[in-house]
Amino acid sequence: MEGITKRFGSVVANNAIHLELHEGEILSLLGENGSGKTTLMNMLSGIYYPDEGQIYIHDKPVTISSPKDAFDNGIGMIHQHFKLVDVFTATENIILGLNEDGKMNLKEAGKRIKEISQKYGFEIDPDQKIYNMSVSQKQTVEIVKVLYRGADILILDEPTAVLTPQETDRLFAVMRNMQKDGKSLIIITHKLHEVLEVSDRVAILRKGEYIGDVLTKNADQQSLTDMMVGRAVSLNIDRPLPVDPKPRLEVKDLTVHDELGVKRLKDISFTAYSGEILGIAGVAGSGQRELLEAISGLYPIAKGSIIYHNPKTNTTGNLAGKDPLEIQKAGISMAFVPEDRLGMGLVGSMGMTGNMMLRSWRNNKGPFLDKKEPERVANEVWKELEVVTPSVDFPVRRMSGGNVQKVLVGREIAQDPAVLMTAYAVRGLDINTSYTIYNLLTAEKMKGVAVIYVGEDLDVLLELCDRLLVLCGGQVSGVVDARTTDKREVGMLMTRVGGNTNEK
Amino acid sequence: MKNKAMFHIVKREALPWYQAWLIRGAAILLALVACSLVTVIVTGLNPLSLYKTMLYGTFGTNRKTWVLFQKLAILLGISLAVTPAFKMRFWNIGAEGQVMAGGLACAAVMITLGETIKSNAVMLLLMLVVSVAAGALWGFLPAFFKAHWNTNETLFTLMMNYIAIQLAAYFIIIWEVPKGSGKIGMINQSTRMGWLPYLGGKQYAIIILIVAILTILLHIYLKYSKHGYEIAVVGESERTARYAGIKVEWVIIRTMVLSGALCGFMGMLLVGGTDHTLSTDIVGGRGFTAVMVSWLAKFNPIVMVLTSFLLVFMQLGAKEVATNFYLNESFSEILTGIILFFIIGCEFFITYKIQFAKSGKEA
Repeated sequence: MEGITKRFGSVVANNAIHLELHEGEILSLLGENGSGKTTLMNMLSGIYYPDEGQIYIHDKPVTISSPKDAFDNGIGMIHQHFKLVDVFTATENIILGLNEDGKMNLKEAGKRIKEISQKYGFEIDPDQKIYNMSVSQKQTVEIVKVLYRGADILILDEPTAVLTPQETDRLFAVMRNMQKDGKSLIIITHKLHEVLEVSDRVAILRKGEYIGDVLTKNADQQSLTDMMVGRAVSLNIDRPLPVDPKPRLEVKDLTVHDELGVKRLKDISFTAYSGEILGIAGVAGSGQRELLEAISGLYPIAKGSIIYHNPKTNTTGNLAGKDPLEIQKAGISMAFVPEDRLGMGLVGSMGMTGNMMLRSWRNNKGPFLDKKEPERVANEVWKELEVVTPSVDFPVRRMSGGNVQKVLVGREIAQDPAVLMTAYAVRGLDINTSYTIYNLLTAEKMKGVAVIYVGEDLDVLLELCDRLLVLCGGQVSGVVDARTTDKREVGMLMTRVGGNTNEK
Repeated sequence: MKNKAMFHIVKREALPWYQAWLIRGAAILLALVACSLVTVIVTGLNPLSLYKTMLYGTFGTNRKTWVLFQKLAILLGISLAVTPAFKMRFWNIGAEGQVMAGGLACAAVMITLGETIKSNAVMLLLMLVVSVAAGALWGFLPAFFKAHWNTNETLFTLMMNYIAIQLAAYFIIIWEVPKGSGKIGMINQSTRMGWLPYLGGKQYAIIILIVAILTILLHIYLKYSKHGYEIAVVGESERTARYAGIKVEWVIIRTMVLSGALCGFMGMLLVGGTDHTLSTDIVGGRGFTAVMVSWLAKFNPIVMVLTSFLLVFMQLGAKEVATNFYLNESFSEILTGIILFFIIGCEFFITYKIQFAKSGKEA
């Protein structure tokens, strides 16, 4: 790619970027949020069209103005959000949209898929329906889909964000097999240790500019971060000891069912203490979402109790069976940063002020809204968390992911909560913003708040939290001290229900 | 570069409001040009005289202007009524039936109690209560089913339209005057019981005034009240609403009752204020046109004044054209269609721009 420039309105997403990808190479593309990684890759895969510049493949200039052009040139992209038809089988999804001559031959296609899988070491059942698959299986289908179309250049956009450590290892093994076969791969990721582990070379973008590239063997986490951010950054999370921990939230035998009557949580019991960060680890979909939503009154509870110790009045109360409004009215100050930021935590079409109001609009009397107080909070969050937005009325939907999260976390902290729950608080955020969030959570902990942190990055969980609660299949498989345990132990707990059978 | 695509569609950053309005203005001008072309090609008439006739049909005489404003007020009123529901993303296409229900209830009071009640004020009050209640009921039913069993509100409200219209047809036969005519005729023509009073000697002034006040009230309600905030949040995402402790079912029902009640009120204005009779086509599709008015204005009550004016102007103007040039009504609908096509189409150019391959030319 030479001199690639892409503008969106007045924003320059990519400015005169030169990027080279060699045959049989794994290249990591690294950069903070909004540095233009995905935009650049979208131009390779035909979703956007560059305003300026030229793309060459094997020294031949090519024009890629549609995803079909990209496929014709052997470029395939595996997006962060899978684009699969749920009710179709793997095979059907893979051949979908291919205009092959003659009759659709599912058997033949299935055979070819098996061949591809064996060649690179995938595990895939061509006849399995997508909705029966785990996230990592779906990802496999996406990769096979691209290979089936004869791609030589594969682009993976944050493929590991949704995988467990074990699944990630398997993916990396497959990537190396593809590399041996002469394919070139570009991987976008925020996780530095993965970059170091899997790639041959690292290319770095910052604010739409190409900063440079380094051979992975000459790089380490610190040097990469410094290049990415443009200045030296401390990569250590400060973890002070909890001060005067007291039980704040006691969950006892909590069981919930989903709409279909399937048990999502089974007999969960734990205690969250004031002044500590309790980490919740587990494979995606082990009941983390249900647990947090049940505590905040958003998920119906079948059995069990949630006892809250009110630090202001020294009284206790049971939250089970209350809805969010009743919890709020009972004087329980609980903050919740949900996983689905725009779909649950925020109103996308409103600005910061409108979103601050989401927690406080009931506070004043009378039928009309008080906009002054939320506006003050919005301005405060804007300034203190350095949210990048033209004004407090700019729709949050059009902010970048990191800024959206700052608005959400900022609002929840501004409530002065006694319990602060966060679900995947740093998912999709760059290093700088992630550390801002870690520091905010630690600051809350030091104020005596009981912080519950649901995370996916084990390294962070082990560095940030005081204790770890590991969930597996909707049950607690262990509670460990984050200071003394290690990744291997937690990884084991994540895939095994406290020694019992793996029932749901 | 070889075989390069001619142009690409690119999403814009937000346009400043005046540029957006410039594009909209240009769209209307273009629409008029397109209408002229079609007129010349199809009928051979001079398009300028056509537009002159349209202006005459709307502002030509005092009487025509009053009719324009009366029709504008009714359409705007119904559009205001459907707006809270649509802002909540509740696909209420039942305004037709809700207005009809209100009108029917209003006519029922006027006919059955026209002799017994002597005071016009009491009569009007009773009409108001009954028609608002009828409209509210028509709004409540689909909302209740939606909130509790998640039925599809579009189908439900559509079906409620037929029930209201057939009910009206049934009662029209019962109340028909003279017998066998299939029509009701002017209700209480001699006593004028239940007729809205004239304001300053003008028949429609009161309706226009009421709708103007309604516009401002609704604007305040949607923008500055807690209810309005709840509606906006529920419309954006029900999950966010629940997260914020909003009782979504209750908001859906409350808002639809409000929508239906306003529709019922418009039904009363129609029967008591303009038509003084009841027929099955008294609403005349305005319950559906109102949806378009509301969407075109992006649910902003103040902008809705403009959009409903545009539609009424086109409708009346085109009618005048049709009668004066011996064209049938279909021709006026062709013209209205062309104009709407341009107005709705120009929103594309406000959201996106077209980039040509060579340089930064924009369309």
